Amino acid sequence: MSEKRTGAQVMCEALIRNGVEVMFGIPGGAIMPFYYAMWDYRDKLRHVLCRHEQGAGHAAEGYARATGRLGVCIGTSGPGATNLVTAIADAMMDSTPILAITGQVASHVLGKDAFQETDITGITMPITKHNYLVKRAEDLPYVFEEAIYIATTGRPGPVLIDVTKDAQQATIVPDWNIKLDLPGYKPNYRPNLKQVREAIKLILSAKKPLIIAGHGVIMSGAVEELRAFAERTRIPVITTLHGIGAFPEDHPLSIGMPGMHGWVHVNRAIQECDVLFNIGGRFDDRVTGKASTFAPNAKVIHVDIDPSEIGKNVKVTVPIVADARLALQAFLNEFPPDREAFAELHGHASDWMEHIREMQAKHQPKQQYFNRADTENMSLPPHDVYAALTKALNSRGNYRVVTDVGQHQMWAAQLIDWYRPRTHITSGGAGTMGFALPAALGVAIACPNDTVWVICGDGGFQMTNQEMATIVQEGIKNVKVAVINNGYLGMVRQWQELFENKRYSGTPLSGPDFAKLAEAYYWKGITVEHTSQVEAAIEEAYATDGPVLIDFRVEREVNVFPMVPQNKSISEMILESPHKS
Amino acid sequence: MKKHTIVALVQDRPGVLSRVVGLIRRRGFNIESLAVGHSETPGVSRMTIVVEWEDVEQVVKQLYRLIEVLKVSDVTNDPTVEREMALMKLHAPPAKRPEIVALTEVFDAKIVDVGANTMVIEMTGSPAKVQNFIDVIRPYGIREMMRTGRIAMVRGARGHTAEEYVESANGHAERVPVAN
Ligand SMILES: Cc1ncc(C[n+]2csc(CCOP(=O)(O)OP(=O)(O)O)c2C)c(N)n1
Ligand SMILES: [Mg+2]
Repeated sequence: MSEKRTGAQVMCEALIRNGVEVMFGIPGGAIMPFYYAMWDYRDKLRHVLCRHEQGAGHAAEGYARATGRLGVCIGTSGPGATNLVTAIADAMMDSTPILAITGQVASHVLGKDAFQETDITGITMPITKHNYLVKRAEDLPYVFEEAIYIATTGRPGPVLIDVTKDAQQATIVPDWNIKLDLPGYKPNYRPNLKQVREAIKLILSAKKPLIIAGHGVIMSGAVEELRAFAERTRIPVITTLHGIGAFPEDHPLSIGMPGMHGWVHVNRAIQECDVLFNIGGRFDDRVTGKASTFAPNAKVIHVDIDPSEIGKNVKVTVPIVADARLALQAFLNEFPPDREAFAELHGHASDWMEHIREMQAKHQPKQQYFNRADTENMSLPPHDVYAALTKALNSRGNYRVVTDVGQHQMWAAQLIDWYRPRTHITSGGAGTMGFALPAALGVAIACPNDTVWVICGDGGFQMTNQEMATIVQEGIKNVKVAVINNGYLGMVRQWQELFENKRYSGTPLSGPDFAKLAEAYYWKGITVEHTSQVEAAIEEAYATDGPVLIDFRVEREVNVFPMVPQNKSISEMILESPHKS
Repeated sequence: MKKHTIVALVQDRPGVLSRVVGLIRRRGFNIESLAVGHSETPGVSRMTIVVEWEDVEQVVKQLYRLIEVLKVSDVTNDPTVEREMALMKLHAPPAKRPEIVALTEVFDAKIVDVGANTMVIEMTGSPAKVQNFIDVIRPYGIREMMRTGRIAMVRGARGHTAEEYVESANGHAERVPVAN
């Protein structure tokens, strides 16, 4: 055990000890010793060579989001490290456990503007959960252990380790007898039972209770508990963008997504409810709209593992700092077996649900997109793509969907039927265009038996499309891409249409022939221009033993509705374009 | 906006000061003063931060997100002993010296260096008292001045010892496995 190792070998062994199997990265001068060592461990540590470090970072995120396990990405010093920054920031916003490993110039030239030196720990300080600069090989076993522990526990997040080249090269006898010294880091997983009982009292007194389920339900693996709790109390359940899959949408208690592009009946229900039980969501401003007008009649119960989220945007009556799963288990245990209390709650809940369903029927959320008069003369309304995709996903099962950022992303959240956790993966908090394709690479490696669909805009796809080459080099066949090609930075164009008098400043967008581009990368490329071709194209994608891209050339100026204008109350929803062209 | 005095116990690791400052800077607040040094326990530092804040509670919570932060208290409304030190180099030709000496005696300040035409005075006291002294002495001509920023300690048995927060330093905290 006490054999000599180089720092770089220690890094590999530390990763293996912590269960890491895959890493995404690009080598360069300052990280070469790590790549040199990696060669000896290649049976256990698979390295995936990406085409851009941002892609490596998103791939690590995709891997983590699909599995709940640590994703690992690697870059060299300087530009390699700075290229990781966007993905690290994205992981921070979406609480994704990734470890970024960067090479750094030798310790004796640190701070002297050496070739390819950047202060990456300084740069990433506000966008990592924690980061480290390691200058001595002896520190590597401890730092890796602590870094991985921090990334994957509590509220997960990105951690970066910057290792100087000499620390990678030095030879030491590693000390694996590690005791973490983290007196300031003690995530609180178990809920305070007094608070839980307080919350239950509130719930039992409610006439119009709502559950809002966020990302925390999925990350903590609380899906079963949430279902049991909802069924026992019969409270309607809302799922946020990152809560999609936390509760099956075909469940009679599911009512859908809230917020800026949430459904009318959901936002109205929030505005009317008297008790709002938020489990593992952070009341993001895309959910609340203007926070001071959000849920004006509600007493709020908020379960979050991160105390700094509670009371940040919305006033909370009962705060509960805990892991969502352990909290829900406590709720299930503590719920009184008092049948009368239950009967009353159930009575209220079913009247309330009836009211919500009436609102829903009136606004016909999904149907408002389909079978509409104004889509009749469109050769390919985007919604026809989603209808066909939904059909294919439902009939074939075993899928993951990774979406990018923009209109296509919101349509995917709205129009596809979601049932299971970790099947919907997107960049929510940061809204990072270019996320989808590289993230799908990570998802595809993590889930080789699933078909991984990428739904991406023509704008976002052009930001990271070079990872098509990575997918081919790795022999990945289970990635299928649907480019929702509207020739615009569509979501921005929509804002310009609705709020800026159609000044399409900087939003019309040309692209390559995406099918040909795909072919150039040795993918199969298909172009679809008419609704009649959609199903056949999707069938062909499934029938093809390899990656496929479908360029859906959709109607160019279609909007995502409903929409709550930025910083307006969620009561103020726009349901259709004020000016029909 | 109200001025707040925050006392933080932090693990003494490289970068911790930068992290704390970065968190405050991110919100666009100006730090009026910040003093940091060793606490009574090796490996633990104590910081006193004076800043104008609206929602101190939120910032305090966010400070806890930092891995090295052990304890943060807003002591603004607590009974505290607050001290600051200032060093002033005065323009002090021989003719003016008797007046300056008299003033330093009144304020309990110390003359720590005397040059041909200069004097260095050390003034320690509550921030208000230090400010008072500076106002009084300014007309004589301050050539250089340095202030340490305030340090604050809660009176009596209240307050937090560093030891309370390091005792459970060893071993892993509970790790809840992530289910799929
Ligand atoms: C990296 C990055 N740059 C800019 C934006 C701002 N932005 C948000 S949505 C959007 C338009 C996306 O266009 P496209 O990828 O074609 O998707 P669409 O909205 O047309 O479906 C833009 C530019 C962003 N979210 N991310
Ligand atoms: Mg577009």
